[in-house]
Formats: sequence, C-alpha cells, structure tokens
Amino acid sequence: MTQSSFDFRTTLGSAHLPNPILTASGCAANGKELSAFFPLEEIGAVVTKSVMNHPRSGRATPRMAETPSGMLNAIGLQGPGIDNFLREDLPWLVEHGARTIVSIAGESVEEFAALSRKVRNAPGVSALEVNISCPNVENRGLVFACDRSSAREVIEAVKRSVGNSLPIIAKLSPDVTDIVSIAEEVVSAGADGLAMINTLLGMVINTETMRPHLANKTGGLSGPAIRPVAVRAIYQVHQAMPKVPIVGMGGVLTGNDAFELVLAGASAISIGTATFHDPSAPVRIKDELEELLISRGFTRFSDAVGYAHRGQS
Amino acid sequence: MNEKTSRPVQAECEIISNRKVGAYHHLTLAAPGIAEGAKPGNFIAISVGDSRTSMLLRRSFAIYQSTSRGPFGGTIEIIVAPHGDGSTWITERAVHDRLNVVGPLGNAFKLPKDPVRALLVGGGYGSAPLFPLADLLRQKNSRVEMAVGASTAERVFAPVEGKRSVHSLAIATEDGTLGSKGRVTDLFDNSLANIDIVYACGPMGMLKALSTIGDAAGVTVQCAVEESMACGIGLCMTCVLPVRDKDGTLKMLRSCVEGPIFDGAAVDWDGIGTIPPGTYGAPK
Ligand SMILES: Cc1cc2nc3c(=O)[nH]c(=O)nc-3n(C[C@H](O)[C@H](O)[C@H](O)COP(=O)(O)OP(=O)(O)OC[C@H]3O[C@@H](n4cnc5c(N)ncnc54)[C@H](O)[C@@H]3O)c2cc1C
Ligand SMILES: Cc1cc2nc3c(=O)[nH]c(=O)nc-3n(C[C@H](O)[C@H](O)[C@H](O)COP(=O)(O)O)c2cc1C
Ligand code: FES
Repeated sequence: MTQSSFDFRTTLGSAHLPNPILTASGCAANGKELSAFFPLEEIGAVVTKSVMNHPRSGRATPRMAETPSGMLNAIGLQGPGIDNFLREDLPWLVEHGARTIVSIAGESVEEFAALSRKVRNAPGVSALEVNISCPNVENRGLVFACDRSSAREVIEAVKRSVGNSLPIIAKLSPDVTDIVSIAEEVVSAGADGLAMINTLLGMVINTETMRPHLANKTGGLSGPAIRPVAVRAIYQVHQAMPKVPIVGMGGVLTGNDAFELVLAGASAISIGTATFHDPSAPVRIKDELEELLISRGFTRFSDAVGYAHRGQS
Repeated sequence: MNEKTSRPVQAECEIISNRKVGAYHHLTLAAPGIAEGAKPGNFIAISVGDSRTSMLLRRSFAIYQSTSRGPFGGTIEIIVAPHGDGSTWITERAVHDRLNVVGPLGNAFKLPKDPVRALLVGGGYGSAPLFPLADLLRQKNSRVEMAVGASTAERVFAPVEGKRSVHSLAIATEDGTLGSKGRVTDLFDNSLANIDIVYACGPMGMLKALSTIGDAAGVTVQCAVEESMACGIGLCMTCVLPVRDKDGTLKMLRSCVEGPIFDGAAVDWDGIGTIPPGTYGAPK
C-alpha cells in the first residue's frame, strides 16, 4: 500500500484535521518559535498556551526541575492576556496556515465565560480547549477539574458563550479519584471532546539546600514518566464513552508512544515535553505514527482509535 | 552589526576533538548549518544521553569559537564544566561520537559602530564567549581589556591563543593560585575612567556587582545571564527574569530568546527569584 492512500484524517467534534498530531498547550508557546523547525501547517493543529483574561507575569523562578524521564513545571500561566493574544498571536498563526486550537484558563466561571465569548468571535479557530486544571478562587482555590460541580459550571458557561460555533474540548487533570465521573460530568455539560492528561502534581526537594527546588514548592509532572497514567486514563474514559473524541497526551516521545495512546482511545495526540527534547518532535512523531499504522495494516487512522478495546463489552 | 540571531538549526554534530583544559573540557563539533550564523553571545543546546535517556532536557552552552569554513565545514567550540549528570555525560564523549545540537540560540552581544575602549569581564567558563567578541571589537579598532576571575587556577579559562585577542589580560583567583588573589572586580579601576562599555559573562553575583559599578560610572554593562532552561528555544517560559523594557515596565523576559544578553541596568538583579511588585501582569 502506498503512503498516499492512507487516510490520516481525524475529527474533534466539528473540527476536521488532516492528521491527529497536535502540540500540547504550554509546550509550543504560540507557534512562532516552533515554526523555525517545521511548517506549522504540517501538523493537525497548534494548541496555544492557556491564555487568561489579563496579562500574567507567572510565578517566581525556579520554575522547573528535571526529574527521571520527565520534568516538573510551575510556570503559573505567564502570558499576554486574551486581548493581546487575539490581536497579535492568533492572526500570526492564521497567516502562517496553522490550524489553531485556543486554550483558555480562568480563575472563576465568569472568567472562562468572558474568554470564550472573545474567542468565539475570532476568525481562524478550529476548537476551544478549556484548561480547567486551575484553582477556582471562588472556591478556596480548589482546582475546577478536581470537583465535579465546578467542572460542570465552567463547561456550561463556556457552552452558553460559544453555542455550536466551536467544538469545546475540556482538559482534565489526572489528580482525581475517578476521572471517568469528571469526564461524564463535563460531557453532559456540553463538552464535545476531552483532552487528557494534564500534569500530575509533584515536588522535588534539593538535597543540597534542603529546601523545595521550585519557588512554588510544587509543580506539574510531565514527560514519559507519566505515560502509563495517561494510557490508563484514556482507556478508562474511552471505555465509558467510546463516541467522545479524546485528545490524548502524556509523555509521547515517539510514533510508537502515540500509537499506544491511540489504541487506548485517543483521536488526536498532543506532543508536549518531547518538543523540549526535540523541537521537530511533532512532525517526526506524525511521520513515525503514519508509517507504523500502515505497517500494521491500517488504511484509516480512525480504525486504530480505541483498538485495544476490541472484543470487550 | 545586527544582534539578531539567524534561525536555529537542529543537527547531529560529530565531535572533532575533546580536550581537558583545567577543570573544563574544550569540545570542537562539526556543526555545518549552525556555525555559519553564530555570533558572540549566542549559545547552543545539546541533548544528553542515548535514545532512551531519562534526561529529557537539553543543556545549554555558550559558543566559544565558531568557524564557517574548514575541513569539517562549519565548526563550533564550547567549554564545558562537568557539573551534574548531563554536562558530565557530554565531557565523557569520544571523538567521532555525535551530539544532537540546536543552535545558534539567543541574542548576541551588541557591537558599537565606532571604535571604543571596552572592558570584557569573565567569571569561570564565562570568559569563553568573550574571546571571539574581543576579536570582533579589535577588527573595529577598539581597545580591549580583559579581566578573568575564578575560584581557583584550574577554573580560569584564558587560553594562550586568546591572549592575542586582547590588549591586556588580568587574572584573579579567590585562592590566589593564579594571578592576583581576590575577585575579578578588584582587577580594574571601578570608576571605569577609561572605559566606554563593559561586556560580562559569569555567575549572577558577578553580573550584579558589575551592573552596580557600571551604573555608578555611567557605563553600559552588557551581561550574558545563565538561567535554568527547559527548552532553550522560547517555548516553555522557565528561563525568565525581571527586566525593564524601554518604557520602564518590568517584565518577566525569557533569557533564551530575549537574552541571554541583557543591559545590566535593565535587569532587576535583586528581584530574580521573585515577581517584583509592579511587574507587568503581577498578581494583584
Ligand atoms: C545561556 C547559557 C549558557 C551556558 N554556557 C555554559 C558554558 O559555556 N559552559 C558550561 O560549562 N556551562 C554553561 N551553562 C550552564 C550549563 O547549561 C549547566 O551547567 C548544565 O545545564 C548543567 O547540567 P547538568 O546535567 O550537569 O546538571 P543538572 O543539575 O543535573 O541539571 C538539571 C537541569 O537543570 C539545568 N541546569 C542546572 N544548572 C544549570 C545552570 N547553571 N544553568 C542553566 N541550566 C542549568 C540543566 O540544564 C538541566 O535541565 C550555560 C547555561 C546557559 C543557560
Ligand atoms: C512547561 C509546561 C507548561 C504547560 N502549560 C500548560 C498550559 O498552559 N495549559 C495546559 O492546559 N497545559 C499545560 N501543560 C501541560 C501539557 O499541555 C500536557 O498536558 C502535559 O505536559 C502532559 O504531556 P507531555 O508529557 O507530553 O508534556 C504544560 C506543560 C509543561 C511541561
Ligand atoms: S528555556 Fe524555554 S522559554 Fe526559555
């Protein structure tokens, strides 16, 4: 079979993408820097850094620590704020032919609603990713994604703002007892798809200074160290809701790693920390995954999604 | 001269030589495509370990020398201090081994249009990128004085051939094992009476001290900073420090793309490791 007859397309709600490889929010900035390494239109979409209503300085340094097969980060959502983002970053992506999934983050339900109203009216957005792994300042700083009713309120508010104009992808945290119940909650609230997993909360103590290494003390763990957690979460949620598209991520370094998440049930794969290791990782992984699927006899990418579940009820 | 850097390139670079110099290793890499665009102040980022490495993040090194032509095509030289596992792994590589390199990265030292009297100050391996800068300054008929400091003799990087790049070279070690005993800032007249511009690369404490001296003397100090970096190419926002922009607003700037060279007077040295009050986007 020739490469050209392979159907690599995927869909996330009403978003149709030529291939399933995306960047991960916060690991590709807003595309410009990465475009030095490959044309952004070659991948399915660029997922932008989670943007908030106002400009954000982020947290104090040190903001990262390398860990075995991974890293901790505590960036604190440094960013330009939505107005600057829509004026400068998004038009740049559109001009350069990148399909764009805009990630938003808020500290209150109202902030999420305001952000999504602004994104709805911007041209050139393929989908909206809602990063609910942020502390809810109105609920003792409890992370939205860790509380069913907060997660529901955010997604309902976003849905009211955007209606059916954009697919809504809710990004879930693995730091919960039962990720399936959170997933079901946000889908019933209006999410068209799910992105998982966000980072796991971790900590490194510097044994020389005998203090936490990060200024923020704790940080989010990413990279291959968390891949089995991602595979498990995707598998469980796909099993519960096989029709809901999942953007899978967590430690994907190779096409084979991406294949593992696809088998678990991911309809698209975000590449995060791997891009720090290898700036061309997204296109390399895209090519590796395509070759692998063809060599396994698949003629359509979509046939491989959730293939590990076959024959189960 | 334009201080903007050419587009970074990712390449497998063969090691042409790996020599121990004092406490450091001097590596020469065949780096065609990377070497041609390199300017003094730029750095490269090297991945460490084999294909199943557990160390995912690249290590950054200032470019010491670069040549765009020769038997190996372009070459890049770096001076590596074995520190933790990653940099030690690099120093243990053999000739003909390959390293995966991304570069050139970051901005470069700004060069004045007219001849100047320049003082170049290096701490430890920080003197390395100052030698090619000295060559460029001298080509423009500038007068170049260099002061190099380190804790001890084997951490002084001042190769014989580098001495030809400068009009004068002074060395200080804290333990007195080479040059005069004391700090690098003891080596020159702190009123900077005969100096138009200072270029500095070394530990943050040294850069801060020099910026204070420069402020008092009304002399610009261009500082090459060293912040912990996860990506080195502007993606992750780990490498930030508080810097004042033209309008005087403090912003958390990425040292891998907006730096590593900053005007010392613009950096809030005491604010590093914090979000200083009033920083753009600081929590209210
Ligand atoms: C722009 C720039 C230029 C540099 N130039 C040189 C040079 O010319 N010669 C040289 O010997 N060293 C240089 N360094 C420092 C060098 O990058 C670190 O010593 C090295 O990354 C340490 O890695 P490790 O695996 O040995 O240490 P580990 O402590 O195991 O590293 C763990 C993580 O922390 C990061 N890290 C640790 N220390 C530093 C540090 N001092 N600076 C930045 N990141 C750090 C590492 O990159 C890695 O991601 C430079 C750093 C920067 C940012
Ligand atoms: C430095 C860094 C910054 C991140 N910033 C965001 C962010 O702004 N929004 C978000 O939803 N996820 C963010 N993430 C999480 C990633 O998008 C991804 O979910 C996670 O890193 C797991 O994938 P990986 O192992 O491939 O990196 C960030 C991760 C890293 C490492
Ligand atoms: S190191 Fe990633 S942005 Fe500078």
